[in-house]
Amino acid sequence: MGVFITILGLLVFAFFAPWIHRIAKSYTGWLFALIPASGFAYFISLLPAINAGGVVQYSIEWFPALDTSLSFYIDGLSLLMGLLITGIGSFILIFAQGYLHKHMLQGRFFSYLLVFMAAMLGVVTSDNLILLFVFWELTSISSYMLIGYYHGNEDARRKALQALLVTGLGGVALLAGVIMLGLASESWTVSALLNGSFSAAEHAWYPYILVLVLLGAFTKSAQFPFHFWLPNAMAGPAPVSAYLHSATMVKAGVFLLARLNPALGDTMSWTMALCGFGMVTMLWGAINGLLQTDLKSILAYTTLSVLGMLTMLLGIGTDYAMKSALIFLLGHALYKATLFMTAGSVDHESGTRDVKILGGLRAVMPITAFAAGLAALSKSGFPPFFGFLGKEYVYKAGSYLDQFAPIILIAAVLTNIILMSLALKAGVHPYWGKLNKENYPKSPHEAPLSMYLGPVVLAVTGLLIGMFPGQLVTPLLSPAASAVAGHPVDIGISLWHGFNLPLLLSILTLAGGLTLFALRRRIWYEWSQRIKPPFTFDDLYMACFNGFVAVAKWQTRLLQSGYLRRYLLITFTASLVLISYKLSLFGGIPDNFDLWSANFIEWATAIIIISSLIVIVKTQSRMTALLAMGVTGFGVAIVFILYGAPDVAITQILVETLTLVLFMLVIYRLPAFRKLSGVKTRIFDGIFSVSVGLIITLLVLKAQNLDIAPTISGQFGEWSYLEAKGRNVVNVILVDFRALDTLGEIVVVGIAALGIFALVLKGKGENS
Amino acid sequence: MKSTILDVTARLLLPWLFFTSLFILYRGHNLPGGGFIGGLVGASGFILLVMGPGLEAAKRALRVDPFSLIGVGLLLAVLSGIGGVFMGNAFMAGLWLPTFSLPLLGTVHLGTPLIFDIGVYLVVMGFTLAMIFSLSEADS
Repeated sequence: MGVFITILGLLVFAFFAPWIHRIAKSYTGWLFALIPASGFAYFISLLPAINAGGVVQYSIEWFPALDTSLSFYIDGLSLLMGLLITGIGSFILIFAQGYLHKHMLQGRFFSYLLVFMAAMLGVVTSDNLILLFVFWELTSISSYMLIGYYHGNEDARRKALQALLVTGLGGVALLAGVIMLGLASESWTVSALLNGSFSAAEHAWYPYILVLVLLGAFTKSAQFPFHFWLPNAMAGPAPVSAYLHSATMVKAGVFLLARLNPALGDTMSWTMALCGFGMVTMLWGAINGLLQTDLKSILAYTTLSVLGMLTMLLGIGTDYAMKSALIFLLGHALYKATLFMTAGSVDHESGTRDVKILGGLRAVMPITAFAAGLAALSKSGFPPFFGFLGKEYVYKAGSYLDQFAPIILIAAVLTNIILMSLALKAGVHPYWGKLNKENYPKSPHEAPLSMYLGPVVLAVTGLLIGMFPGQLVTPLLSPAASAVAGHPVDIGISLWHGFNLPLLLSILTLAGGLTLFALRRRIWYEWSQRIKPPFTFDDLYMACFNGFVAVAKWQTRLLQSGYLRRYLLITFTASLVLISYKLSLFGGIPDNFDLWSANFIEWATAIIIISSLIVIVKTQSRMTALLAMGVTGFGVAIVFILYGAPDVAITQILVETLTLVLFMLVIYRLPAFRKLSGVKTRIFDGIFSVSVGLIITLLVLKAQNLDIAPTISGQFGEWSYLEAKGRNVVNVILVDFRALDTLGEIVVVGIAALGIFALVLKGKGENS
Repeated sequence: MKSTILDVTARLLLPWLFFTSLFILYRGHNLPGGGFIGGLVGASGFILLVMGPGLEAAKRALRVDPFSLIGVGLLLAVLSGIGGVFMGNAFMAGLWLPTFSLPLLGTVHLGTPLIFDIGVYLVVMGFTLAMIFSLSEADS
């Protein structure tokens, strides 16, 4: 219930955010922060129950007929994610207040951010698979809005679209995967997948489900080769980078993998895919991060690397790996959000993010420097920070493996060395050393309270939980690890484990990281100049994108040529082919119709219609053709009367008359009536129209004596008076039985009227 | 070309066509007729005015903008369906008043489908007139 109210509250406030901002002005962020803060309090209140092994479920009917309900399921994993989303979210809202202060569209920004928060909470707490997908897509869409917040900038727009397309593509795959999963497990809830009654690995669809779900998770969590959108997403404002692109949204993919681990995991293909892609992403992110000189880019690549590591740990799948993944996830969320916010503060107060310029800011921004320093130490894995534990457990998870232990350990150590140097670059380098004020675009000064509150609180939290892991973290992470593993896992965390391989590797990492940090200027000024990749993945994406657009243009030119003649040809040819195919399936030409049984009136009507058609084809005057068309229409109306459909006949007569009037109004605006087409075209047109007419005639005749499904007309006739109190079945169908169809039709009619009005008006404007 | 006969006929026929259209609309539930046909007949009176006395005369006689007719018609059609929802039924489920008798009309059934049909009547009439008006405006 609490989750539902929180999500609903976020969405309601999101809707009114711009107006609230107009009134609350510079207090808006603080005000809005109360919503996720109360959500945080709610999650904390669930902690004892969840820690005792319980789960919280809540469900409201939504589309009961489609097995889709607004159902929520909170276990240890959801709780951990929920706490991160609401806890960090509160500080992000406050930070955004300062960061975008007096920005024109700040109200709208809050609106997007609240929508995102609601969507993200939905992703981690949904029980229903379809609901999960809906929230999943909503995170992509709100992320698009947030990355493209500086929408005046073309580059920002392109990058926002890129993130949307890449994650959207994964979303489509995920939808297919979720549907297959739902069909295979014959239930549409996450909880049913987790209770162990369904084993996906033995199902025939497992390979497809696996590929589709992994596509969804990998695009969202920016795994190689979909990693390129994440560094580009840094085009968004700093609060967005801190919140979406490090602490929460990109973890949605990792969350999904963890969530489905009990159902899909523990197979060879799962392990290979996660470990393989995870490791490549991890190394790729770390190595690319080395070459960056933009503060936010450095952080973006480290995020990439960490996401890779999390994926790899989930792939390993041992209890130790699960523990370390969760410890790492929690630690990373805390220090990375801090570092992104302090990077935002530096950018905001000094005007640059270029590490070649930055340095010595400690003197003017002491509080920001303090928070950034704590976060950097945690991230680099110094004891007693929480980051140290994260790293330590990664090594533990690696060293307890039977296979692949050396590969994973080497990759992990290498990555951690680089990550450590990057952490120091982002959290220490800008603040220490000599302050050269003249290098900065503007005179640097300390950020306001709203902008350092979050970083300080999060950084100190990282220190505290590292010092007292048993009291502060174990109750939270044990149920989470149990949820991921699918069986109870006890996390006994402590800082000191004695001298062993993991500790040795930690010391190696510290030494290596410090060395690499000392070499930073050489890397920036020399290496990064020398290394020029032959192509980037961004180029590859652009090539695909442009190719797609080119194909779309080509086929649009082909099909939407603008020539009425060609449209008719395409439409009729398609109908011709499809109808003939279907007719041939039903035995072709109808057998039992008797031309000679027609009576005198029927013959007379047919002759009237046919002769007026001949007049239309032969006439030299548009007026005559028009009148002859009217005669055809009236002939058809007689047919309706003969077969007992007076309503249709009346309508036909009225429409025919009005069409004539309409034509009269426009006929003088048309160019002179001339024969422009050559003999060949005319012969082709003749044959073409005769065959269309013939096929339609055959269809009508055939329809008479086919009995594919029981007709409903009898039922409608019976119900008409009893149920709908009307004797005119046609009208009752229109206004009662099928009223929804009619409603749709009259809406179309209304829109068509607007369209015609606009077209005529436009023509007028062009003439004058 | 100005035709006095057409002018006078159009003016004379307008009220007749209008009331006929209302009649067609009402009887539609039991006999041939209904909102669609009624709307077309209702519009035809005003179209005669356009052809005879002219566009301005037709607009004066109609008093309201044809687009307002479309809007009000759509609104009525949607509102007629909402009643069913509040009665715990599906959207568009019909609601009926108890039947009663009136002189001339006989037994009368009044219910939400009639309101819906009035909506259809207004949309069709508004659409036809919007089209004719804008085209003849462009013509002049």
